[in-house]
Amino acid sequence: MAHGERTPFKNPLIDWVDTRLPVFTLMQREYGAFPTPKNFNYLWNFGALAMFMLITMIVTGIFLAMYYTASTDHAFNSVERIMRDVNWGWLIRYIHMNGASMFFIVVYVHIVRGMYYGSYKNPRELLWILGVVILLLMMATAFMGYVLPWGQMSFWGATVITNLFSAIPFVGKAVVTWLWGGFSVDNPTLNRFYSLHYLLPFVIIAVVFLHVAALHISGSNNPLGIEPKSSKDTIPFHPYYTSKDLFGLTVFLIFYALIIFYAPNLLGDPDNYIPANPMATPAHIVPEWYFLPFYAILRSFVWDIHLPFTSVVLISSKLGGVLLMFGSIVMMLVLPWLDRCQVRSAMFRPIFKKLFWFFLADCVILGYIGGQPAEEPYITIGQIATLYYFAHFLVIIPLLNKYEKTLPLPNSISEAVLKKS
Amino acid sequence: MSRHLFSVLTLVIGLAAAPAMASESNATPPHEPPAGWPQEGPFGTYDRAALQRGFQVYKQVCSACHSLKLLSYRDLTALGFSEPEVKALAAEATVHDGPNDNGEMFDRPGRPSDSFVKPFPNDQAARAANNGALPPDLSLIIKARKGHESYVYSLLTGFGKTPPGDEIIPASMNYNPYFPGHQIAMPAPLMDNAVTYADGTSATVEQEARDVVQFLAWASEPKLEDRKQTGLKVILFLIAFAGIMYAVKRRVWSKLP
Repeated sequence: MAHGERTPFKNPLIDWVDTRLPVFTLMQREYGAFPTPKNFNYLWNFGALAMFMLITMIVTGIFLAMYYTASTDHAFNSVERIMRDVNWGWLIRYIHMNGASMFFIVVYVHIVRGMYYGSYKNPRELLWILGVVILLLMMATAFMGYVLPWGQMSFWGATVITNLFSAIPFVGKAVVTWLWGGFSVDNPTLNRFYSLHYLLPFVIIAVVFLHVAALHISGSNNPLGIEPKSSKDTIPFHPYYTSKDLFGLTVFLIFYALIIFYAPNLLGDPDNYIPANPMATPAHIVPEWYFLPFYAILRSFVWDIHLPFTSVVLISSKLGGVLLMFGSIVMMLVLPWLDRCQVRSAMFRPIFKKLFWFFLADCVILGYIGGQPAEEPYITIGQIATLYYFAHFLVIIPLLNKYEKTLPLPNSISEAVLKKS
Repeated sequence: MSRHLFSVLTLVIGLAAAPAMASESNATPPHEPPAGWPQEGPFGTYDRAALQRGFQVYKQVCSACHSLKLLSYRDLTALGFSEPEVKALAAEATVHDGPNDNGEMFDRPGRPSDSFVKPFPNDQAARAANNGALPPDLSLIIKARKGHESYVYSLLTGFGKTPPGDEIIPASMNYNPYFPGHQIAMPAPLMDNAVTYADGTSATVEQEARDVVQFLAWASEPKLEDRKQTGLKVILFLIAFAGIMYAVKRRVWSKLP
């Protein structure tokens, strides 16, 4: 923190505050003069975009909460009242509803950028892990938020996902009853999801604070993946990256606005405009697009594993699927220790660079399979894609540690930048 | 890198939309009427005359079984009706209200602030009157069905066809190739000249279906026009602002140490 030497501010009021609580010095140091690698490309905008989306979601959410009613009898109609009768309610709601999708698009790009340029490697392992924690919190928040309008997909999505916990051996059923606050997804479930949906974003803010604090200790990675060696390699964050981030944000907002104003229901399921009905199951229960790859992994495990020569089920297909799904995220958590290659950026790892795109294509295939009904050929394709997902982490990356010949790294960022121009 | 990223992003977004379009069961894919839908496209707006005709079809045909409970009579001003006209339309309905000061329920003529009166007091009564089938509320029907306007239009004009030989339709059900499962409890609701349009438009089944679908599209998304108009302003502003921000960024970076 900003202790010790401090440059006085010209404005006496600011200086008075700053001598007592050096927030201005902190801002100046961490966002003004903060030395940042000079060679970021536009993919480095997505952290700031994610921050923007978090704030957007919280602000619009607070306004929606003023009109939303968390009760199974009124939730659906209260959302429709926002859409029809509340001044500009349709706009706030479409910003929030599509904001969830935008937040995930931005965060997925942010993660993929980190994987491509090796941002998770020493000394940024904890920074990366905090990021995965944010992703998990976002998933929980998004899932519970999707339940609130109390449409058909809200209700049945909640039923399917909460039922996953019943796969826990011995205590599963009791855990699910405890989660529901009853014997099915009902009013108590809706109420607690609303409470948690309002709470978790603030937990995300806390973890984002740690994520940013850790970033400011190690400094940012960059497309070359080599540490800045001298002041020639860095530039102050402001005005260089503030201006670049603002331009990137405006371009992103054009895309976001196109969705909000011209295709607000493109990413949603029509079934969620039907009020929740516990007596009628939709033909296909499909989660929102950002969960589809994980949903595909969940459904890829279709076997009960028995104790040999008995009929005792050790791992049911449900438990196996749940373990695989959580395992897919555990892979991300342990990635810094699976990938021991000293070279960070894929620019200097010719084989990794190719296989990285294979991996990304695999994730897209998983997303596609997650949206399809559980029938052939989708089941087999999903199983192969799941296998490849895990193979990428557990086989390909360790093999690359051993056998990949990396390209020579440039001596410094400024040297590489000068050579290019 | 960025070219790859762009194609992957396009693919991701395309695939994300795919499940919503994946065809369900054995239903025939819906088709839109030859004239299309005036509310489609970035500049599309509702056709007020069609909305009024569609409201007439809803009122004289659909409302016998289907509620529209998210709408109030006051909302009808958006169709181009004047306030006295809306008052008169509301007054045609009988609203069960109360209790009054004596603790009694009573009937009174509707007011613009009332929501549309439902044809049945509850779902059980609706099922009892309809052979066990529940006529769905139509407030969001266009947004709540895959295929949207074109699905409802195809369904409404898709009655009266002969089922293929291997499909046996029970006596209480009706054949409609656009309905998932092909068996729908609703009999053909529209007929030629089921309504008489005040503006002289010829009331064919196709015309009635196209009108009522437009009315129901408006009921599903009454703020569509506000949304597109606001969107145009927002996006024009953002494009100009992006230009300015790009110039700012270029200028700042030209002074790179």
